[in-house]
Amino acid sequence: MADFFHQNLSYFLSGISVGGQYALIAIGYTMVYGILRLINFAHGDVFMCAGLMMVYLSASLPFAVSIPLVIVLTILLGFLIERVAYRPLRSAPRMSVMISAIGVSYLLQNAALYFTGGLAKVYPEIGFLARSVDIWGSTTRMVTIVTPFVTIALVFLLTFLIKHTKIGMAMRAVSRDFETSQLMGIKINRVISITFIIGSLLAAVASLLYFTNYASVTPTSGSMPGLKAFVAAVFGGIGSIPGAVIGAFIIGICENIIKGGASIFGIPGSGWTTFSDAFTFAFLIVVLVVKPTGLFGEKSVDKV
Amino acid sequence: MKKVLELDSVTMQFGGVVAVNDLSMHVDEGEIVALIGPNGAGKTTAFNCITGVYEPTNGMICYKGEAIIQNHPSGKMARQYAGLEPDKFASQKVLNPTPDRITKLGIARTFQNIRLFRSMTVFDNVLTAMHLRMKAGIFSDVFRISWKEEQAMRQETEELLRRQDLWQFRDELATSLPYGKQRRLEIARALATKPDLLLLDEPAAGMNPQETQELADFIREIKDEYDLTVLMIEHHMDLVMRISDRIYVLDFGSLIAEGTPEEVQSNQRVIDAYLGVAEDV
Amino acid sequence: MDREKRNHLIRLFVAIAAVYGLVLVLELTMRPTHMLFTVLKKGAIYSLVAVSMNLLNGFTGLFSLGQAGFMLVGAYTYAIFTMPVEVKASERVYKYYDCIVGFDTGVFVGLLAAGLAAALFAFLIGLPVLRLKSDYLAIATLGFAEIIRAVFQWDVLGPLTNGANLLREFKDLSRITFPFTDIPVPQTFFVFVVCGICILLIVLLINSSFGRAFKAIRDDETAAEAMGINLFMHKELSFVISSFFAGVSGALLAMFQYTVQAQQFRSMLTYEILLIVVIGGIGSISGSCIASFLYIALSEWWLRGLDMGTFLGIHAEHIFRSGFRRLAFSVIIMLIVLFFSRGIMGDKELSWARTSARLRRIFRKKEAV
Repeated sequence: MADFFHQNLSYFLSGISVGGQYALIAIGYTMVYGILRLINFAHGDVFMCAGLMMVYLSASLPFAVSIPLVIVLTILLGFLIERVAYRPLRSAPRMSVMISAIGVSYLLQNAALYFTGGLAKVYPEIGFLARSVDIWGSTTRMVTIVTPFVTIALVFLLTFLIKHTKIGMAMRAVSRDFETSQLMGIKINRVISITFIIGSLLAAVASLLYFTNYASVTPTSGSMPGLKAFVAAVFGGIGSIPGAVIGAFIIGICENIIKGGASIFGIPGSGWTTFSDAFTFAFLIVVLVVKPTGLFGEKSVDKV
Repeated sequence: MKKVLELDSVTMQFGGVVAVNDLSMHVDEGEIVALIGPNGAGKTTAFNCITGVYEPTNGMICYKGEAIIQNHPSGKMARQYAGLEPDKFASQKVLNPTPDRITKLGIARTFQNIRLFRSMTVFDNVLTAMHLRMKAGIFSDVFRISWKEEQAMRQETEELLRRQDLWQFRDELATSLPYGKQRRLEIARALATKPDLLLLDEPAAGMNPQETQELADFIREIKDEYDLTVLMIEHHMDLVMRISDRIYVLDFGSLIAEGTPEEVQSNQRVIDAYLGVAEDV
Repeated sequence: MDREKRNHLIRLFVAIAAVYGLVLVLELTMRPTHMLFTVLKKGAIYSLVAVSMNLLNGFTGLFSLGQAGFMLVGAYTYAIFTMPVEVKASERVYKYYDCIVGFDTGVFVGLLAAGLAAALFAFLIGLPVLRLKSDYLAIATLGFAEIIRAVFQWDVLGPLTNGANLLREFKDLSRITFPFTDIPVPQTFFVFVVCGICILLIVLLINSSFGRAFKAIRDDETAAEAMGINLFMHKELSFVISSFFAGVSGALLAMFQYTVQAQQFRSMLTYEILLIVVIGGIGSISGSCIASFLYIALSEWWLRGLDMGTFLGIHAEHIFRSGFRRLAFSVIIMLIVLFFSRGIMGDKELSWARTSARLRRIFRKKEAV
């Protein structure tokens, strides 16, 4: 066991780090789903856009300016998407809103394609994060170590916000019962906007960490992490933040072990690489079939 | 007289809430039986248990003498059970059919909040309800090999609509009909499945006295015409008292009274349940 | 059948025959490399997928996003079935693997096999997935499409699928001949015939008793179930049939492109088809067809200038460069989704009476002016 651990240490490490990045994205999904019952397909692309903005901004600005600017712009993007593409459809059937989300995702990807010319953009090396370190015999980047701590700190902050502030209480109320909380005088639109702002903020932070690890950004590099983060949110029980975080770490670790490491069922490591993405979905389907409400989700009864 | 429907200690629990508590009742052939009680008494839940929408936590439901639904707290729905006899049905195997199977057996229902197929015409609403009796498979249906069967179904739909005075609305969208007609269409649609037992969930909800009067005659008419047994939930007391042979009264999920309209009307517990008990000072 | 209905059918038949005649005449007289034929072929293929998706999303109310996966299954099945044995044995296609398929078949067997293979996959996937509701169903089918893609690229299956490499030299559109002769079949005409038959079958299904049951499920699951319609069985039927036709269209796409690679069947393809369905109107077959041809014509032909530097006589290389077409396109789609959410046709079908009434209204307006 210890042997297996040591051999695959680098995969575990990158698994934990990727898991932390997924967790930050997953929170955006789970919060939006909790409140609007919408799978925000565009969230992964917002994350990608944050990566691209960093590429362009850091070319002419120092990190001390470009990093906050990227975060602010990403928040603005998330806010605008909700305003323009989701708010007008508030009373429309759920399917239309989901289609709108898919449309936004399509738009963002095509916009990115246009501006980048379809080329992979090299992500800037953010000095401190990109430094390499040695742990127990395997070399990795600083970002691998930093990610889990950043993630956990942000999650604690967020949990505090939701549990102990007025806006957090409003969020919980809205996710419990949309109509009633509206009648109770909660400003629904404000709550939703803030949800999107928080989600985009976390996506921006995640993009800083994720792309430092992967070093390049393409127009489609948001869709896979996005979907995986969503799966993590479903696994944890949609609407539950700790659930999403745990799910994200599990997915991150499993995926990395499949990608590089151990031989499974006698087929050596690299033979399973194509499944590192598919694994997530297999995992999702098993979760949905066995326990559709996820780890910490609540069961809802359909009224007849 | 033959029992068409029989409920034996049916209990339905949602977590800690006991919506239906040890309900035992029966409906005989050719009867019109009413299930009444204040709002939230568990009447619709009982309906949903009979029609297979919910799995009861405990109890047995028989249709024409044969068990169609059977469950016990340690069965499929293992959960804490607050009722009296958890082991009563433990020796029997769990029966838990989906609603379509129940309908195929000959139990049809309407809904409290009208549930018509909203994108379909009046004609298609009724025609669709005949699908369950279709013998042809999908292949012969798509290639119109079974066109004779389709034609027979259309013929039957026409007859049904003409008898219900809905024929002139046949090409209109079901949801564009006035409220009373929608209720009538829902009943017609239920009749299209050729039931022996008809469950009506508040058929007179939202109707004025005039319409309620008509409905009472209508229910009696279709009962005789199609040889039906009727179990209905209703709040309009004059309707209930006028047409039902027997009445069951539910309150907080439990049966508090049963009997003929006269018996129930004079039952003190029923009066208390509806009006509230005067508190002793 | 009353006369009005019969007249309607006759008119419909004449109109369709005219379209097919026109396609045949155009193809025999015009240069075969003309852009028009690309648009017609690809448009017809997309029509078929869009209609098959509409059967699920629009008529049965199942929000499924697995279409690309089933197209992939169809495309691969067709390519593997119809690739001549000598090509399989040589190293021209299977460079790194020894192909284990020791037979080849004709075009029709290949197309049928493509549909059946996709249907089989759909049947198996449907068993766990169709119990899920709306958006969970969407994400689960999307996931399965990704799993299918991964499986077909898997090294271990290389002897069957050629791993992540291209498949080619199967019976593509240029190699179809009339049976027992060497006379080539006009390509566009062939695509139109196959897609036409498939769409006709879907239309027949939608207007049958089973089709009504599907619509009942879309309108109200609880009521449909209370009317004796077995939800699971009917959902599974709709899913399998829709996937069958998605498989056939995948095979046609392979024939049209001459090559197949799992890479191209990403979720983006499903999104594109979904957006076509939305543009055409969810629940309208003719809408899906019109939207497909429009979409393909715009993106492959009419808006090309947006990528090439000059559009409508305006020359601006900095703006009209590669990718602008798709950007403009996605903006248009967003506008449709937000402001014309009913699409071109809503849930109505194209009909003679409605079109002529509309034309008459337009003419009257002009006269008034």
